[in-house]
Amino acid sequence: MPEDGRPENGRDASGGVLTVPYREREESITLERMEAPIEGTLYEGEARRAEPESELFTINMGPHHPATHGVLRLLLTLEGEVVRELMPIIGYVHTGIEKSCEDQAYWKVIPFVERMDYLSYYFNAQAYCMAVERLLEEEVPRRAQYLRVIHLELNRIASHLFWLGTSALDLGAISMLWYSLRDREKILDLFENSSGQRLHTRYFQVGGVMEDIPPGWEAKCREFLADMPNRLDQYEALLDRNEILLQRLKGVGIVPEDTLLRLGVTGPLLRATGNPWDLRKAAPYSSYDHFEFKVPVGTLGDNYDRFAVRMEEMRQSVRIIDQALEGLPEGPYITENRKYALPPRHELATSMEALIHHFKLVTEGFRVAPGEIYYPIESPRGELGCFVRADGSSKPARVHMRDPSFSNLQALPHMVKDTYIADMIASLAMLDPIIGGIDR
Amino acid sequence: MDATGLELLARSVRERVEGADAVSTNFARGEATLEIAPSALHPVMSFLKGEADEPWEVLTSVHGCDYYPEEPRLGVHYMLLSMARAERLGVKTRVRSEAPTVRSVVDLFPGANFQEREIYDFFGVEFEGHPDPRRIHMPEDYEGHPQRRDFPIGGEPVIFTFNEPKMPRWYA
Repeated sequence: MPEDGRPENGRDASGGVLTVPYREREESITLERMEAPIEGTLYEGEARRAEPESELFTINMGPHHPATHGVLRLLLTLEGEVVRELMPIIGYVHTGIEKSCEDQAYWKVIPFVERMDYLSYYFNAQAYCMAVERLLEEEVPRRAQYLRVIHLELNRIASHLFWLGTSALDLGAISMLWYSLRDREKILDLFENSSGQRLHTRYFQVGGVMEDIPPGWEAKCREFLADMPNRLDQYEALLDRNEILLQRLKGVGIVPEDTLLRLGVTGPLLRATGNPWDLRKAAPYSSYDHFEFKVPVGTLGDNYDRFAVRMEEMRQSVRIIDQALEGLPEGPYITENRKYALPPRHELATSMEALIHHFKLVTEGFRVAPGEIYYPIESPRGELGCFVRADGSSKPARVHMRDPSFSNLQALPHMVKDTYIADMIASLAMLDPIIGGIDR
Repeated sequence: MDATGLELLARSVRERVEGADAVSTNFARGEATLEIAPSALHPVMSFLKGEADEPWEVLTSVHGCDYYPEEPRLGVHYMLLSMARAERLGVKTRVRSEAPTVRSVVDLFPGANFQEREIYDFFGVEFEGHPDPRRIHMPEDYEGHPQRRDFPIGGEPVIFTFNEPKMPRWYA
């Protein structure tokens, strides 16, 4: 038996099977830190404690709570209905994707990383592919860059639509979920049409995209684009003039800009405070500098601003897709360098070199010279960066995603401190965390 | 940031930060990186955040990396960002696997809290002065650091009710 008297291997001293002490696992999570106020220990500012006569009540929310948008557990310290402390506990859907990536050839990693942040799969693939392309110093053809932008922005709309539906659902507007999923369905149809898959499309490849868009895709996409601004008007008419929603959002969950910057928060949360940091503008990648679009910002940084910024981002995405379809250049959709991209099918019958390249790519994959790279892009939730370390073999030695949900979650205690539990649900919805991205 | 700017920055770090004489630079593929000893990490980060002529106010991410079988084996990469100049700077340090300890930068950049915990969880690098040095993704009672290169993939038994008592020490 260990010294602390706990039984070993679930057996007592005589070897008999003990009832397994489930409680012991719970004990490992200590509540000691909850005694110290978050403001006082971590960040400068007023150390706030509850009045000695008032009673603090610690409650566990989640991990299986419908309003936590996934398997997120929150340890709340309440004073009546008011949240005084909050501690997020994560890791419930940790699946070791990054470890699995180290065992795959570079091009086989793409479907793995797509499953991290499962609502913005194109962005994960884009961050990873661009990191590997930077390591290889491989140019992506112009047409592929435009096709990527089109799909990324469609994905951004789909992700924001899902956020809109589930957030409105959390705030009691149930019908919004069906409306926004109806439009998201059209985007998924477009994805299915261009790549064969609705989710986790594996459309982006190192060096370009998997396939050119099929005939008729552009017309379908334009149909959607013509429809979308009207839909957004309708949704704003439903939500933005809704007294209940406005009261639930306005003035709630305000976090000042400098606190967000110290926490490394990016994306719509940061833009809601008025900081126009958007990597599509600040460090344009994949031809984003060819398109005209605006970066919507808020003023106060409350939940309403976060809502309004995302609504406007969808309109801007529509504009970008429109311009990208208009200016879609002719040319190859994937790099012509056969060392990194599979040769076209028809070449295999006639060209020995194509066959050899095909064989090498499919069996071993391509090798990448040693190096390290960090490539950030703007995902619907903020800066999504991919760190890749190559060691010269055909498998990456390290793939690490800087997931925006992971960093942004640290802002939650600041958003909900001294607000009501009901406002915490609103703040969490406006934070828009994706647990698959947080836990990876 | 270009290669010249990186050299100038490295020179000012060497001159103005005590104990940071051994700063080396690496400029590759458009990415500027300062490589420093773990002992100089905290002063250098503090300098870069506040006192440098062109400060780097945001820490976007911290990455862990295992250079097995090389020594010093465990790497910690800090990615700094200046939003005003739209520039990035990597700060990299490597520690030996016998005593993998790095001074935490959570006091400078509170956003590093989760990410340092993640690196401790996956690589076993201990962050001295971290306010909450616990695992973050893996269970509290997990043994080992799974992202190390010599940690095998697979072999993790799944616990069900019927085989629970047979699992050696799974709960202890």
